[in-house]
Amino acid sequence: MSATARSTLFEKLWRQHLVKELPGGVALIAIDRVFLHERTGSIALKSLREAGRPILDPSRVFCTMDHIVDTLPGRGDETRMPGGKAFIVETREAARAAGIHLFDVRDADQGIVHVISPELGIVLPGTTIVCPDSHTCTQGAMGAFAWGIGSTEAEHALATGCLRLSKPKTMRVRFEGRLAPGVTAKDLSLLMISRFGSAGGNGFALEYAGSAVAALDIEARLTLCNMATEFSAVTGFIAPDDKTFAYLKGRRFVPRGAEWERAVAAWRDLRTDEGAVFDAEHVIDVGDLAPMISWGTSPQHAISISEPVPMQAASGASAEAYARAIEYMDVKPGAPLKGLKIDAAFVGSCTNSRLSDLRRAAALLKGQHVAPGVRAICVPGSTSVKRHAEAEGLDKIFKNAGFEWRESGCSMCFFAGGESFGPHERVVSSTNRNFESRQGPETRTHIASPETVVASAIAGQIADARELAS
Amino acid sequence: MQAFNRLTAVTAPLIRANIDTDAIIPSREMKTVSKTGLADGLFAGWRYTHIGGREPNPEFVLNQAAYAGTQALLGGDNFGCGSSREHAVWALAEYGIRAIIAPSFAPIFHSNCVRNGVLPVKLPAVDIAAIAAWVADDPQQNRVSFDLPAQVVRANDQTYHFDLASEPKEMLLEGLDAIDLTQKHAAAIRAFHQADKFARPWIYDIGGP
Repeated sequence: MSATARSTLFEKLWRQHLVKELPGGVALIAIDRVFLHERTGSIALKSLREAGRPILDPSRVFCTMDHIVDTLPGRGDETRMPGGKAFIVETREAARAAGIHLFDVRDADQGIVHVISPELGIVLPGTTIVCPDSHTCTQGAMGAFAWGIGSTEAEHALATGCLRLSKPKTMRVRFEGRLAPGVTAKDLSLLMISRFGSAGGNGFALEYAGSAVAALDIEARLTLCNMATEFSAVTGFIAPDDKTFAYLKGRRFVPRGAEWERAVAAWRDLRTDEGAVFDAEHVIDVGDLAPMISWGTSPQHAISISEPVPMQAASGASAEAYARAIEYMDVKPGAPLKGLKIDAAFVGSCTNSRLSDLRRAAALLKGQHVAPGVRAICVPGSTSVKRHAEAEGLDKIFKNAGFEWRESGCSMCFFAGGESFGPHERVVSSTNRNFESRQGPETRTHIASPETVVASAIAGQIADARELAS
Repeated sequence: MQAFNRLTAVTAPLIRANIDTDAIIPSREMKTVSKTGLADGLFAGWRYTHIGGREPNPEFVLNQAAYAGTQALLGGDNFGCGSSREHAVWALAEYGIRAIIAPSFAPIFHSNCVRNGVLPVKLPAVDIAAIAAWVADDPQQNRVSFDLPAQVVRANDQTYHFDLASEPKEMLLEGLDAIDLTQKHAAAIRAFHQADKFARPWIYDIGGP
């Protein structure tokens, strides 16, 4: 093979979807799947309809109710978010009028977009998939080019079947080594972002590789790719392998019979060729990695659970940003996070709400109880995840331990004017963003793995799950 | 879309790294299925004294008389990170912000700016700090000039060149609608789909009951 024929996976995905090169370094890239939700997809549908622009191929467009929909048991269209019901009703009407697939509030396949898309086999290896949602990169774990866009770009994809893109640079991050027990994909994400900064992936399409990634199961790979947007990367993705194909086989929207065989044969070529060159490459040894947790107000403000809060010089933050984060979070430079009293614990979100997440959390919770005064909530990522978890009895473990057990949705990953954790409340959360006021006005969020969330809920303070397990 | 050509603007410094779209417009301020009615919610968490209220926080730069009529912002690294919500740019534009200078922009936010007639200007942090210091002396007098055709920003007798790819530049200059532009290539798109249906039929044969 000549040097020029060696391609990265991203280059293969790009070429396969290249409709036309346009002047100015822009390419028309074919979009295989568009996903919408009631928060931002609703506006795209409404705006298209007002402009009299039809959707090019409604059969390849999917819509779910996840962002605003209530997650309290027995929910309907009413939500705690003021005005929220209108988003749900308008999205439903617009989706029906447009003839797209809709996973409605009471649908057995409803759930968070980035949980249900792989679960239903909507995202497939080698697809381009976009959604007006920044965490669309999650779906790159299936070997897809998946990325978040704005609502106007969603209109463009719906109307034309394409997007106009400048080709991003390529980056590979190789995680090498064997993860210690209790260390997860979430910890890999936080390690990478804390090491290279929240803009470390800016301008890049990011391929995750290495022995630690190969060893991850599919749901963990989804967790890893989920936070590529927190790294400011255009997307994050992982070459598909036998695990990917086994995960997908037989799912609702996946090809069947001879077409499945043909698809898998094509998907086997979706990998970076030996010797292909990336614009940037990092190798991270993860054999010694401990669980990670955020101390500040950006995902880059993350440390190992056994480390103290860094001093400013070592924090990677400017003096002003550091002081602001320390004050907002009410943490002490040089002091450990472990042992800090917490008010709430949240297991959920497109990052960590899949069945394997709930299983690992439940294994730690079994026979334990949440500490007095801690509000603990578990929100399964999809109605299907909830159903399977209940079939295994996980709901009982959560409930017996003092957790609320919810309907699926994005829920309290962000505050939309309805439910919140409250001012100055300290929350350990399996979500992806610890921004100021993200989970509620002046709420203090520490992001970490579900294991760390559960261990902290039991202890009533930030805790190391490995100590609980032993 | 509103075109952008040249602008001389009162320019407010908001130089923090990682100003996220939750900060630009909190989720609670996105109250209806609409691209408008968002300006009041711009920077709501910082701009008002309490959540949900509308009493101006005098400490916040856009509330200060010296910065009345602000049409441009000076930002920090990774501006517009976080949620893809285009409401952030709609709120900025509705408030009157037409240009933002930052050392780097989050990719979705950058694209949303271009689609809505807001000029994203990438300059090194050191230049932004220099502009901010000059502006602060007298924000109403020391206005920053943006010249998109020449791809320069002028402040304090200094000229700063910025890079912008030719397509976003043209879109901003002409106020072009991307869908209209792309639909000129409808034949190429049809041809692609026809060939691709043979190569990757599973993309188009959507299964599922």
